[in-house]
Amino acid sequence: MPPLMKVVLQRLALGLLTLFAVSVIIAFVVELLPGDITQAILGQAATPETVAAFRKEIGLDRPAYVRYVEWLGGIFHGDLGQSLASKREISEFVGTRLSNTLFLGGLAAAIAVPLALLLGLLAALYRNSIYDRVVNLLTLTSISFPEFFVAYILILFLSVKAGIFPGISNVSTDLAFSEQFFRTLLPALTLTLVVLAHMLRMTRAAIINLLSSPYIEMARLKGTKPFRVIVHHALPNAWGPIVNVIALNLAYLVVGVVVVEVVFVYPGLGQLLVDSVSKRDLPVVQACAIIFAAVYILLNLLADIVSIVSNPRLLHPR
Amino acid sequence: MLKTLLSAPISAKLGVLVILGYVVVAVFAPVLAPYKETAIVGASYELWSDEFLLGTDNIGRDMLTRLIYGARNTIGIAFVTVSLAFLVGGVMGMLAAILGGWYDMIISRVVDILMAIPSLVFALLLLTVFGTSIPSLVIIIALLDSTRVFRISRSAAMNVVVMEFVEAARLRGEGMAWVIRKEVLPNIMAPLLAEFGLRFCFVFLFIAALSFLGLGIQPPLADWGSMVRENATLINYNDITPLLPAVAIAGLTVAVNFVVDWMLHLSSGLRSDQQQM
Repeated sequence: MPPLMKVVLQRLALGLLTLFAVSVIIAFVVELLPGDITQAILGQAATPETVAAFRKEIGLDRPAYVRYVEWLGGIFHGDLGQSLASKREISEFVGTRLSNTLFLGGLAAAIAVPLALLLGLLAALYRNSIYDRVVNLLTLTSISFPEFFVAYILILFLSVKAGIFPGISNVSTDLAFSEQFFRTLLPALTLTLVVLAHMLRMTRAAIINLLSSPYIEMARLKGTKPFRVIVHHALPNAWGPIVNVIALNLAYLVVGVVVVEVVFVYPGLGQLLVDSVSKRDLPVVQACAIIFAAVYILLNLLADIVSIVSNPRLLHPR
Repeated sequence: MLKTLLSAPISAKLGVLVILGYVVVAVFAPVLAPYKETAIVGASYELWSDEFLLGTDNIGRDMLTRLIYGARNTIGIAFVTVSLAFLVGGVMGMLAAILGGWYDMIISRVVDILMAIPSLVFALLLLTVFGTSIPSLVIIIALLDSTRVFRISRSAAMNVVVMEFVEAARLRGEGMAWVIRKEVLPNIMAPLLAEFGLRFCFVFLFIAALSFLGLGIQPPLADWGSMVRENATLINYNDITPLLPAVAIAGLTVAVNFVVDWMLHLSSGLRSDQQQM
């Protein structure tokens, strides 16, 4: 078996194992509650009859491992359970929400990644110049901003003052694609600004790190133009850490998307998660949590695999 | 120490000044604030005036007072949380490095699995179960963050534990606690302090984000994150007042980031580009 396949399968197995362990944690976090989840959720309405009925409804009268196996089995069949608040099948609405969130994340990534690579490359090319210093300052500042701050600033300037974009992104599937795209642009822009800084700094750092290598000095002595030195000689070796950071930032997007969706009232998975937490709708929270965790683990897995693949020494160990 | 401070770049000096300013406001809040924290003193959304320097919020409380008390609440809770996270994570990391073997392997696996769940999602899950009181908020976030601190503390302590002076101390018969306190801890202080600053920023932003979502610090306590959410409708009227708490949040994190950046430059072998999120 080619070494690449072996590495990928190994990492995939590790990722699946982690996902399993995470599902156990998510399913059993309920057991940690001192006292009873029923009392906590029902609150004032907790008479003995309602408590018993509720326990029967969410199946607390059956042993823990039975519940876990049923839940897990249900997931493989696409059945994520029933929402406590609305009594609907969770799998009905989770699908559209997930695709909305992925659309938003994908759009943000499509804007952020090329921009970060280009600007980082330029910063490495013109290091220690005014451009580099300004970029350094801006990125350090932007890493420190909370996402909702960036979101509201964008709303203030692009929506209220300039009137270009709508302040609320109520996207639905019956809209034309261009309209959906237009309404998703502002939240995507927010997410872009949030992750741009990290990727830019890493690109710049990775390339500058390599610029002290002897073969780069050789290329310069040969008379190669600076741009070609960086793109042709330094960049191929810098791919490992750069793609690693890109994948990690994509994983971070999964988390950042929650806050941005709430600000723009975008109908995605993050909005669903937050709403369900406020209503203490446990099955929905668990379903969202496991989906987020799966995407997060997958992206971290991707980062892992790419950083191995990009380094031939790791790929073909002696 | 004053000499190192004076040799710092302008950004770091500015950062230290800003942090000191925030700490002073947080500590002396009752003295500085013109009104009481939860007192309703005017109509909703009044404009900036001499009576209310920054106007009033959505139910008529003075914005300036809420901002000042928000400093105390948000910074105070974030500080306690990070300290708790460092206590738990730091000690566990050092123990794992010293004891090694099965103990180290098991704890590291557990921490890896806990870190595999994105922290916001995990925090939301735990908050659904345990409710959003201040103690549960502090404990949940501290536990989630102690995993990251564990990683840093363990990797830093690993480098120290293999040194001869630690081996000599153990041959002398010194107990575990003594070795941790006197041999390992002083030598890993630098990266741990830098990590403290970074973790503080992260926890601070995290609590602000949770409060913004309505799941963190509950009203009527003043908190910058929930203040942004409560007054958000003002943005539609072209008023920047709701952004003031967000600016306050950003200001502190930027200052801490500048100082930590400088500290990382000072401590050898660590570069700010290699930070984890």
